[in-house]
Amino acid sequence: MELRSRVPGGPIERKWDTHRFEMKLVNPANKRKHTVIVVGSGLAGGAAAASMSELGYQVKCFCFQDSPRRAHSIAAQGGINAAKNYRNDGDSIYRLFYDTVKGGDFRSREANVYRLAQISVEIIDQCVAQGVPFAREYGGLLANRSFGGAQVSRTFYARGQTGQQLLLGCYQALEKEVARGGVTMFPRTEMLDLIVIEGRARGIVARDLVTGRVSTHLADAVVLGTGGYGNVFYLSTNAKGSNATAIWRAHKRGAAFANPCYTQIHPTCIPVSGEYQSKLTLMSESLRNDGRVWVPLRGGDRRPPGEVPEAERDYYLERRYPSFGNLVPRDVASRAAKSVCDEGRGVGPGGLGVYLDFADAIRRVGAGTIRERYGNLFEMYQRITDENPYEVPMRIFPAVHYTMGGLWVDYNLMSTIPGLHVIGEANFSDHGANRLGASALMQGLADGYFIVPSTISDYLASAHPTPVDPSHPECRRVEAEVAERTRRLLAIRGKRTVDSFHRELGSIMWDKCGMARNAAGLNEALRRIPELREEFWRNLNVPGSDAELNQALEKAGRVADFLELGELICRDALHREESCGGHFREEYQTEDGEARRDDARFGYVAAWEYTGDLAAPRLGKEPLEFEYVHLAQRSYK
Amino acid sequence: MNLTLHVWRQAGPDAPGRMVRYEAADISPDMSFLEMLDVVNERLMQTGDSPIAFDHDCREGICGSCSLMINGVAHGPNPGTATCQLHMRSFADGDEIHIEPWRARAFPVVRDLVVDRAALDRIIAAGGFVSAATGSAPDGNATLIPKDTVDTAMDAAQCIGCGACVAACPNGSASLFTAAKITHLGLLPQGQPERLQRARRMVERMDIEGFGGCTLYGECQEACPKMISIDTITRMNRDFLRASMTPVRAAVAESD
Ligand SMILES: Cc1cc2nc3c(=O)[nH]c(=O)nc-3n(C[C@H](O)[C@H](O)[C@H](O)COP(=O)(O)OP(=O)(O)OC[C@H]3O[C@@H](n4cnc5c(N)ncnc54)[C@H](O)[C@@H]3O)c2cc1C
Ligand code: FES
Repeated sequence: MELRSRVPGGPIERKWDTHRFEMKLVNPANKRKHTVIVVGSGLAGGAAAASMSELGYQVKCFCFQDSPRRAHSIAAQGGINAAKNYRNDGDSIYRLFYDTVKGGDFRSREANVYRLAQISVEIIDQCVAQGVPFAREYGGLLANRSFGGAQVSRTFYARGQTGQQLLLGCYQALEKEVARGGVTMFPRTEMLDLIVIEGRARGIVARDLVTGRVSTHLADAVVLGTGGYGNVFYLSTNAKGSNATAIWRAHKRGAAFANPCYTQIHPTCIPVSGEYQSKLTLMSESLRNDGRVWVPLRGGDRRPPGEVPEAERDYYLERRYPSFGNLVPRDVASRAAKSVCDEGRGVGPGGLGVYLDFADAIRRVGAGTIRERYGNLFEMYQRITDENPYEVPMRIFPAVHYTMGGLWVDYNLMSTIPGLHVIGEANFSDHGANRLGASALMQGLADGYFIVPSTISDYLASAHPTPVDPSHPECRRVEAEVAERTRRLLAIRGKRTVDSFHRELGSIMWDKCGMARNAAGLNEALRRIPELREEFWRNLNVPGSDAELNQALEKAGRVADFLELGELICRDALHREESCGGHFREEYQTEDGEARRDDARFGYVAAWEYTGDLAAPRLGKEPLEFEYVHLAQRSYK
Repeated sequence: MNLTLHVWRQAGPDAPGRMVRYEAADISPDMSFLEMLDVVNERLMQTGDSPIAFDHDCREGICGSCSLMINGVAHGPNPGTATCQLHMRSFADGDEIHIEPWRARAFPVVRDLVVDRAALDRIIAAGGFVSAATGSAPDGNATLIPKDTVDTAMDAAQCIGCGACVAACPNGSASLFTAAKITHLGLLPQGQPERLQRARRMVERMDIEGFGGCTLYGECQEACPKMISIDTITRMNRDFLRASMTPVRAAVAESD
């Protein structure tokens, strides 16, 4: 397997421009002769589908929800970064690039990150033009807020519903193209496999979730924008349907999977309340602009928060990181919360929580302003916990939120399978070992609106794909394999439900491969996951048939894939004998408990190749070079 | 707490449906409504029954997937709350709860509590957008927009497209849904060039899809999980009326 990053030469500021000039173009009249499949209608997939259709390609777009507008991107709350420097506070493309590389703990590819920072500026313009109602100042100019890991204010937002508004902009552009005939939309249709012919991605096999019909869709190129795999942990902030099936099947057909162990644990989520818990709810990081994080100074202090005097509170982020304070990056904030809870100073049921307190902010700016900034988040909190955060501090705890890992892609966002492009959270690209807040929306839209529409032309113009017939033996073979797998899931008729397996996998992953990892725990997980997988295929109970809307069957297919991916995540975590970003190995920490990287041994992207044996994937390495941002121990002190 | 559920079960679009009674024992008041259904489903599967199908995804009140009629009220008893954000503490021990799908001519039942809402997508496709092809945008600050304008646009733009307004409306009208989009885009400078054409096309599409007309019952705004106001409908009617009186330019007709 070759890992050629295809990063263009020249100075970093010029690479994308140079590349755009050098890439081949498809002549406008020929574009309509090409069909491109886009799986996913989130920010990445939706933007790509709409933009490629605008260029003239025939696009087929798939999503598993009943409407493309419901993709998980809709749930993003806090905002989207862009290096506009509208605040005149010293921001620049270079600074956004620098913050992202540093925030990612020096595990991302510089050239990609620089391009992302460059494009960030155009994204805001594009969204405004579509009618996205970003927050504005009284003078009518766009407003900004601050987010973790940055000392400038560069985050654009639409109340606490930024993802919703960006996605609706994108969805409306998509529907406009549907009406024009450029995009054919396939909602409630799940990709279950990838068709690779003569080494190139040529289509997908998908199941109509309403009728159960399995069919083949062919194209000249395939783009996956299928989101992240955080639900491998069962409990996460992701939507219930978010899954890894598309990228995992593509992996098994030859696409390398990069840095699977880089998962982001978000510091501000509502703590688990009971065993029946089905998902975790994020409280946007933007709350850390005004909320102060604390726990009682003394372990086992069970007094209600209002009765703990100032002098007996430990504002541990402000204490440990005086220059960034409550706005340290997510990985740092999450680990700090874990360590105070491990010391027995956690609050709430089970001691698994810390306070996020708005009392000072309310005194300073008034409850009205706080309501204006975060009203919907406060309401959401109260609805779930039955506590009023205007009066008592919120209780928060870290939860799985985002996956930096994903399918390996080159500078053109193409995977190791020619013709298969991967965009948005599904690829591994720009965030290294830790993503900064408000950067996923930026990346999804950069990939979808601006990058993949250009690079796909280069691919199509160079590869000259010839037509494939649906009766091609490879299509038949993959379709038969999909049908067989479904049949097997239904035929087990065992005793345990899909959810019970998913929960068990999630608890192994969280305990052994969550916020802190060590070799003994990972080895144990690597023993237990295959056992669980074996039981799954022997003792699963999926009622119903494959010829109907069968939600248990859908879940079963996704959990079967998580049971394989989970193993790869642990293997990757075990092999990476260093701590970096969201990957914290207890054996590798500095004296004051910060992550200790090992650039000499691990300054690379780990790209795993499927060999047919889940226990023995092959490791490929893409070395990372830092020409611009100098490798340094991150410090937010 | 212990509850008795009466749930609409229907095997497929053409199959007959009926209400089926289930006992939901040992439910925690801290569960969300959908977590309660998860528990019921786990138990059904354990006894070899088929689980109750219902749409859901984000479980945070933003994706618009969840769509249950609870005791005859779209999204249940709490105002401004989607089904997935409703918690069992809003019910009392021993309650009987009737759970049905959205009922409307334009929303055929797919299975159990799942309906087909694709008609809403087609209303958006008819004109609920600004034609701004990727790459063609001016600087985001090139046009100033007063804060009040953007805030009012945002109030309407919050629509999650769940269809509760349709389900709640005695006429099965999608007016609140359509008006929310017309208001959002019609208030912003970016939405002006296509404003009248948008109103005309979207309203016409709504009729074609089989949604009823609006007679201002106002049930929709009560059911809306984002509390979108029926003032938006007044705005839609005004734009539609103006559009009907404005001759359609040849250029527009061509692009049809
Ligand atoms: C609660 C929450 C809040 C967040 N807030 C922010 C924020 O404030 N700022 C920020 O920058 N980021 C935020 N993020 C992260 C960000 O929202 C996501 O990373 C991003 O939206 C992912 O977009 P995407 O297009 O890659 O994938 P998604 O939006 O997840 O879309 C995936 C698409 O793929 C489809 N799909 C998946 N599998 C299949 C299949 N097998 N077959 C067919 N279709 C399939 C789905 O139907 C869907 O359309 C947040 C995330 C969460 C969970
Ligand atoms: S499940 Fe998303 S709004 Fe209820």
